[in-house]
Amino acid sequence: MSETSLSTTPIDENIRPRSGEWRRSLRIHVRKYPIFWIGVIILAVWVLVVLFAPQIAPYDPLEQSLSDRLEPPSALHPFGTDELGRDIFSRVVYGAQISLPTSFIVVIVSVLVGSALGAVSGFMGGFVGGVIMRVADVTLAFPSIVLALAISAFLGPSLTNAAIAACIVVWPSYARLMRSQVMVVRSFDYVTAARSIGAPEGQILVRHVLPNSWTPIIVTAALDVGNIILLVSALSFLGLGVAPPTPEWGAMISLGRTKFYQWWLATFPGLAILTVIFGSNLLSEGLREWLDPTI
Amino acid sequence: MLLGISLGLFVIYNIVQVDPLVMIVGERAMNNPQIVEAAIEKWGLDRPIWEQYLTYVTNLVRGDFGRSFLTRRPVTEDLALYLPATVELAITSLLFATLVGIPLGIVGGIRPGSLLDRLAWSLSLLLASLPPFWSGLVVLFVFYYHLGVAPGPGRLDPRMTSPPQVTGLFTLDALLAGDTAACASALHHLMLPTVILGGFTMALVLRVTRASIIEEMRKEYIRTARSKGLSERAVVVQHALRNVLIPLVTILGLAFAGLLGGAVMTETIFDWPGLGQYLVRASSNLDYPAIQGGTLLIAAIYILVNMTVDILYGILDPRVRHE
Repeated sequence: MSETSLSTTPIDENIRPRSGEWRRSLRIHVRKYPIFWIGVIILAVWVLVVLFAPQIAPYDPLEQSLSDRLEPPSALHPFGTDELGRDIFSRVVYGAQISLPTSFIVVIVSVLVGSALGAVSGFMGGFVGGVIMRVADVTLAFPSIVLALAISAFLGPSLTNAAIAACIVVWPSYARLMRSQVMVVRSFDYVTAARSIGAPEGQILVRHVLPNSWTPIIVTAALDVGNIILLVSALSFLGLGVAPPTPEWGAMISLGRTKFYQWWLATFPGLAILTVIFGSNLLSEGLREWLDPTI
Repeated sequence: MLLGISLGLFVIYNIVQVDPLVMIVGERAMNNPQIVEAAIEKWGLDRPIWEQYLTYVTNLVRGDFGRSFLTRRPVTEDLALYLPATVELAITSLLFATLVGIPLGIVGGIRPGSLLDRLAWSLSLLLASLPPFWSGLVVLFVFYYHLGVAPGPGRLDPRMTSPPQVTGLFTLDALLAGDTAACASALHHLMLPTVILGGFTMALVLRVTRASIIEEMRKEYIRTARSKGLSERAVVVQHALRNVLIPLVTILGLAFAGLLGGAVMTETIFDWPGLGQYLVRASSNLDYPAIQGGTLLIAAIYILVNMTVDILYGILDPRVRHE
């Protein structure tokens, strides 16, 4: 009897959870991994700022008003104005449009390039694998800011060059991570099983090894969103990244350094960098808890 | 490894197509045929590229990085002049990071989830999120400008003369010269940059200590130690902590590299005349020989520190020694 009742039940209802259940499982997830969700919310707010910058910012970030120079925070200018009378709140808001997309692009490129090279190196080994890892080792022998500084100096100051420098500095950590993951995973039985039924090597790598190697990559990528914002803004702070008058957080802090006593010049762009890095740290920490329960 | 690094730099120079002659002698000296000819001869610029690389490496091995365009001194001399300030700052920062980070990590690790643990964890996360070039400005503004409890930028009170150079570390040199006032001033000036530079490392040390203690405290040997009736203090200090030392040493080796990198930003804010500041000035003025010398030195120190860490493993972990 029970068999017939099962077979007559429409499949859809069995699979699709009702909306109430979604909400319940979300609530359980939020309660279980609050750090992850705080990180998600902080970064989501910043993504909204990026998308709606023109609606949020009350002024044009480049508009100068010499009569309003170096005004402290007020109702008219909540974050004050800089030495050219530009509204700092609007500049911080528009600054997000530079920092966040740059960081996302650098992370995506580095993850793709780094993990592809790392996977090839770990899976194939041999001469090519050795060369890839030696290049990665050499790059990792420099503290990232030092190498990025030297590369930006050689390439010339611009946002693109700062992003290129960041990619060059960041990819090796993904290559190393992916390589060690792949080397662990490829010794598992299911990979041996795939090989014994004659699956081609490329297919084994893409279909069996990679899907089981991505957890530490995702965790590191979340952390790197903040790290790259820090790196690029540090380069801009030193005059080797974004050129003025573009509203970039690091360059704005650099301006605040020369006008030390006008505290609002550096404070607000600094808080912007701080919150993004904080969000990305929380997200990474939360992802680690969620995806890798062994830690 | 260093060979690989030098090859990397060599390739970068050739890719970015900066005229190597301009890199070596500087733009101003390009009009002087005698200097140009001497440089061509010395660096073998009229020979094939592989021979150029050999000459380049030979000169590097001899410690000849060329002459800085900015200071007009040999880069090696410059590096010897700027390195001690960075070493002094890195040592105090590492001390700060370990002396504060390890105890906080232990306290948190013994009672995970307690109020103290949560506070320490939040503090470490906040410290890890601070951009040093910003937090440096903030602490200067608050403690130097507003409260007046910390000195301004620099290594020593401007009215004081530097102690006679022995080690290059002002605190030590002042003590050796018997000048306690200079030593106190040097220590006072080290305070803020140490907290800013060491803060990030402290966060790292705290988190690694905490995670390792939590892991170790679950193991069988801890249960055995407890069942023998040892005090909790003895269990932690004599048993758990010894095993935590191994991951800690690894992280400290890495942290040292982080300190050298962090020094770039911290030294710029605090006007600290170290390697980081030297490198920043070289980078913004396209002083190629100085950039090259500085980056190579930092990479060499990093490799040396990591080799020391490997040797320390052998001393700390008998299993490694027996292998």
